[in-house]
Amino acid sequence: MIEKLEFRAAKTLAVASSLFLVALLSPSFVAAKDMGPTAEDVEKYRRPMEIPQPKNNRMTPERIELGKVLFFDPRLSGSNFISCATCHNPALGWSDGQPTAVGHGMEVLGRSTPTILNTAYQRFQFWDGRARTLEKQALGPIEAEGEMFQALDDLIDELKAIPGYEDMFEHAYPGEGVSKKTIAKAISSFERSVVATESPFDRWLKGVKGAMNDSAIRGFQVFKGKANCVACHDGFNFSDNGFHNIGLPDNKDQGRFSIKPIKVLKGAFKTPTLRDVALTAPYMHNGQFNTLMEVVEHYNRGGDKNMGNLDPNMKKLGLSKKEKKDLVEFLHALIGDPQEVTVPTLPVKK
Amino acid sequence: MKTATIYNILLVITTTVLALGAEAAEITVLQQDKSFVKDGEQIEVLTVKAGDTINFQNDDPFFHNVFCLSDLETFDLGSYPKGESKPVKFDKPGVVEVECAIHPQMYMEVTVE
Repeated sequence: MIEKLEFRAAKTLAVASSLFLVALLSPSFVAAKDMGPTAEDVEKYRRPMEIPQPKNNRMTPERIELGKVLFFDPRLSGSNFISCATCHNPALGWSDGQPTAVGHGMEVLGRSTPTILNTAYQRFQFWDGRARTLEKQALGPIEAEGEMFQALDDLIDELKAIPGYEDMFEHAYPGEGVSKKTIAKAISSFERSVVATESPFDRWLKGVKGAMNDSAIRGFQVFKGKANCVACHDGFNFSDNGFHNIGLPDNKDQGRFSIKPIKVLKGAFKTPTLRDVALTAPYMHNGQFNTLMEVVEHYNRGGDKNMGNLDPNMKKLGLSKKEKKDLVEFLHALIGDPQEVTVPTLPVKK
Repeated sequence: MKTATIYNILLVITTTVLALGAEAAEITVLQQDKSFVKDGEQIEVLTVKAGDTINFQNDDPFFHNVFCLSDLETFDLGSYPKGESKPVKFDKPGVVEVECAIHPQMYMEVTVE
């Protein structure tokens, strides 16, 4: 009897040890429970304390407030019906929930509405990067025929006729008046103020236990490792500020190539931030995927052929079902804490 | 007289060849952390002599490109991975802008003297 018990105990021990060995060798064990960030992770992904801003347009409360009022004012469009916030809706991750944007006269446009979150940190604006600064970007959609379709000279007259605006411009930009320049500067100041809040990932980076669940922690390892998402989505803003053709075969949009006619740029678009990405479905510049899992599947198959110019960083990944799930879980851990956005009361004519 | 002339011509040719040979340099510029780097330092300007060659070597774990669309020179080296290097010989004096199309913050001006 005693011998039998000893045998059983030994057998149990042997099974337990082999299970431990299997667990130790399995890739998922690598990101097991208490694995915290490395020093390199902290260095690379920690959010900066300061918002970059140009010398000739420092952010002040008055400038941010004026920009916010302009941002939410539909009178900035030709129809007086569309504001910047119509498409860049804070309730929808500063996007619009549509596959591609809907502009003047309900026209469906060719590219999706990008979030304005963390644009302060972007080196290029628009999907094709045709504007280097927010100041150079801000007036584009107001004027564009397909978007807000507003002649800027008329807009200046309209705003000047509203006393509240005259005062706000004077406070924000003393002596500069209501002009294309000050409109662009004010909107840029507001946009710069829209930065990502602290996410579970940021708390995990700080060493807060349990801030990210195990699946998300494993997902981060896949993100950096097997899936090599960091080839483009790198750094605290998860963007290389670069342009890539990631194999979306649906349309003839040449993207960055129309700005810089270099072969590698055919069908290439700007790498967007991944902060709050789970709030901004549908995905990609053409809005062709509805869920992050569809996006992950796209990358897992190495993208599809597009203009014979697929970015060579795109490769079949061979991710398991669990790895794909972990990756999506990690992307959800990049959602920042809810940010209350108040809608301003717009100045009116007397 | 004739011999002396030939001797002089030969001397001039030899000196010229030697001088050119000594002057034409090979310079390595790394593409590192999405910057152009020479001798361990990030650079945005570089002065070379006409005839010099710059080897653009990718040192990042992803693909880079090098192109130039200046009036003086145009070239596009395509995209290439870590460890690979591509040479460009700069013959014409002037200033040319060199960029990476994939990561446009990588930008430098090459002054060819």
